[in-house]
Amino acid sequence: MSNRTAGYRALTTHRLFWPIVVLVVLLAANTVYRPGFLSVQMRDGHLYGSLIDILRLSAPLILVALGMTLVIATGGIDLSVGSLCAISGAIACLHISEQPDQNSVGGVLTALALGLGVALVLGAWNGVLVAVIGIQPIIATLILMVAGRGLAQLITEGQILTINSDPYKAIGVGHLLTLPLAIFIALAAALVVAAFTRRTALGLIIESVGGNAQASRLAGIRSARITFLVYVISAACAAVAGFMMTANVSSADGNAAGLWVELDAILAVVIGGTSLAGGRFSLGGTILGALLIQTLTTTVYAMNISPQTSLLFKAVVVIAVCLIQAPGFRARFARRRPSAAAPAPVTEQPKEQVPA
Amino acid sequence: MTGSHPVLTMTGISKSFPGVRALDNVDFRLFPGEVHALMGENGAGKSTLIKVLTGVYGTDQGTVTLADEQVSFTGPMQATAAGVSTVFQEVNLCTNLSVAENIFIGREPRRLGAVRWGEMRRQARALLARLDLDIDVNAQLGSYSLAVQQMVAIARAIDIKARVLVLDEPTSSLDAGEVAQLFRVMRQLRDDGIAILFVTHFLDQVYEIADRITVLRNGQLVGEYLTGELPQLGLVEKMIGKELRVLERLDEQPRRAATDRATGTPLLDVHELGRRSAVAPFSLTIHEGEVVGLAGLLGSGRTEVARLLFGADRADHGDVRVQGSPASLRTPVAAIGHGIGFCSENRRAEGIIAELSVRENIILAMQAARGWLRPIPRRRQDELVERYVRALSIRPADPELPVGNLSGGNQQKVLLARWLITEPRLLILDEPTRGIDIGAKTEIQRLVAQLSDGGMAVLFVSAELEEVLRLSHKIAVLRDREMVAQLTNDQDVDADRIMQSIAAGAGHEGVPS
Repeated sequence: MSNRTAGYRALTTHRLFWPIVVLVVLLAANTVYRPGFLSVQMRDGHLYGSLIDILRLSAPLILVALGMTLVIATGGIDLSVGSLCAISGAIACLHISEQPDQNSVGGVLTALALGLGVALVLGAWNGVLVAVIGIQPIIATLILMVAGRGLAQLITEGQILTINSDPYKAIGVGHLLTLPLAIFIALAAALVVAAFTRRTALGLIIESVGGNAQASRLAGIRSARITFLVYVISAACAAVAGFMMTANVSSADGNAAGLWVELDAILAVVIGGTSLAGGRFSLGGTILGALLIQTLTTTVYAMNISPQTSLLFKAVVVIAVCLIQAPGFRARFARRRPSAAAPAPVTEQPKEQVPA
Repeated sequence: MTGSHPVLTMTGISKSFPGVRALDNVDFRLFPGEVHALMGENGAGKSTLIKVLTGVYGTDQGTVTLADEQVSFTGPMQATAAGVSTVFQEVNLCTNLSVAENIFIGREPRRLGAVRWGEMRRQARALLARLDLDIDVNAQLGSYSLAVQQMVAIARAIDIKARVLVLDEPTSSLDAGEVAQLFRVMRQLRDDGIAILFVTHFLDQVYEIADRITVLRNGQLVGEYLTGELPQLGLVEKMIGKELRVLERLDEQPRRAATDRATGTPLLDVHELGRRSAVAPFSLTIHEGEVVGLAGLLGSGRTEVARLLFGADRADHGDVRVQGSPASLRTPVAAIGHGIGFCSENRRAEGIIAELSVRENIILAMQAARGWLRPIPRRRQDELVERYVRALSIRPADPELPVGNLSGGNQQKVLLARWLITEPRLLILDEPTRGIDIGAKTEIQRLVAQLSDGGMAVLFVSAELEEVLRLSHKIAVLRDREMVAQLTNDQDVDADRIMQSIAAGAGHEGVPS
């Protein structure tokens, strides 16, 4: 018995326990509301179903949130990612629309390279503002958040730029091995970022700078370089997400692409257990956070919650997640109900749902 | 002045914290119209006494009498209302507000709930005029120098019929001109009959302004003296407690003999290195295998010297040679490149990264030197960490534990390990034994001796003369942010000699400024 309680405690105090619980509850609520929710069908060699949709739609958010995780781990924040999505998407679409043959793979690749290149330059701009000039990250990236929308509009000349390119469209809605291509792109990005941070010493150094900048300086870390680098990485992630968003609809809308994605990304990072104060970060947690947010969005649509109340509904769930994650709040709650008689078997279940 | 009746008397004050007796039966009195210096080394109980006086702490025993009335303040607000005002070391004002707002914040003159701005400005001008300070009360406080800010803090403190003014290290961040300005104000207030309790680490300032000195040591009262009757050497002895130390030393292992290590090209040779308002230009050489001790009272510039040599602060004066060739120590990265390591006295803020593990903390400096693209293979990390966890007996010996969970002594050892694995040629240790238990202390001292025998140069900064004497081959003495003497640690040098150097001070060995 004591063994089981110890195991139970280890499980419930795990950083990602409560986000997983909320994710499971959301999925369960959906299943109750619509019994076919969890079913996945094979059609034309592709898998279809709500779960697949959630995975596919969360791909851009996962990408943006991965970069955001590194920025937040250094103690910074990047508000410009939404605008960067719009800019990179717009540049790619503009280049493709100017091609004689929009379906040429070479043309699409050049377009991607162009979009990514511009995003890297803009990420470097953020990095210089924060790391070299020393502007507070929230202000430094606010500049590009606002100006970037204008830039994206300039590129599309204020219109919605529509293209007709199958290779480009594949980024958003294509399939590979029965699953949407976007899932693989997000997964690949996650693996690349993970390797980049955990196979090198970058992760350690980022956590060190975010954990104690002064001590890191005295240990000989060139923190300005690291800070610069994370903003560039964040911009690169946002660019790929921007390709996905525009490919999804085969058009670039400077105004709407990636709108407010920075807020969802920050939320995903926080739900994933990375502190906004910087320090230790968890890429797995961030991905889980992004999935949770996308599931929430899907739930809002699936349950036909009216658009007027959907944002409010989202807010309530987010507040709930944040509160139950806070140890102080849980402690107060537990004191009021000392008989914490949650049966163990139920808590075992969610663990299997993680590797989605 | 001395004939009059004390405005404030503290009798038999005792105060304990878990494991520490911070004040033990201390008496203190303060006469109207005098500047009374409260002196003592780190941990002597000065701050505790002030906090008891101003009601931040309660007392375990003892009474506080203010103007013949026994008082027991429960907080600084109450103390201020009774006429005991305090200006703490850190100017705790809002630099983004105006001068007048700062003086009246929290107690603005009001009418029907609305702030009477005109009245506030008029009163602020009147108060500042009393301090002979002619500044624009509408200007942002931050636009004035620290000295002026300090005086605004004083103006705020003496506003309400203050009878006692407590100044806790008001001069620690002021330059000479600003100090003079502050002293003028203090004299004026004294002549108005206010009793001033003045805490400082600068001996010269005590002799310039104080009428009376009370010395504390290890929570106990050493004595109360008239400034004119206590020579500087006597004061230093009373603060450090020489007689006691002599007895202690008899039991200690013999001090290391001065050797011929100071030969050949010095490892580090700095000439007239200095930084404005931190430390006056000094010259120093350190040879391979040599332990150079930095002695001096708190605030004498020991840490500032250490920081300049590591590039933690940038020198604005002087030049540096490493093994004979000109070098720059402008940043920690540059210093590390020359084989210098540095353990800060401020372990928590500038040393450890609390949420990272022991292993990560230990490999950090080495990893930083290699660059993030060349991670130290995990197996090599584990090897190194295990070796040093064992060699320094870091406990608990779990490399994956967050370092914030370790005790102070073990955190210090983690920091030592961080630098030792980089195999530095010069290791700068700023107060490596402060606040750690006696066992860990001896271990660290033994380690320093071992390292220097192995050829590593060590710059050893410590407030404890005894420790400096035992470990160093050469001792540089600092006083009031100047290096006033350098002594080869031979038979002629003992604590007395060092104290004399500290007390004798500037002009002694002519340091240009």
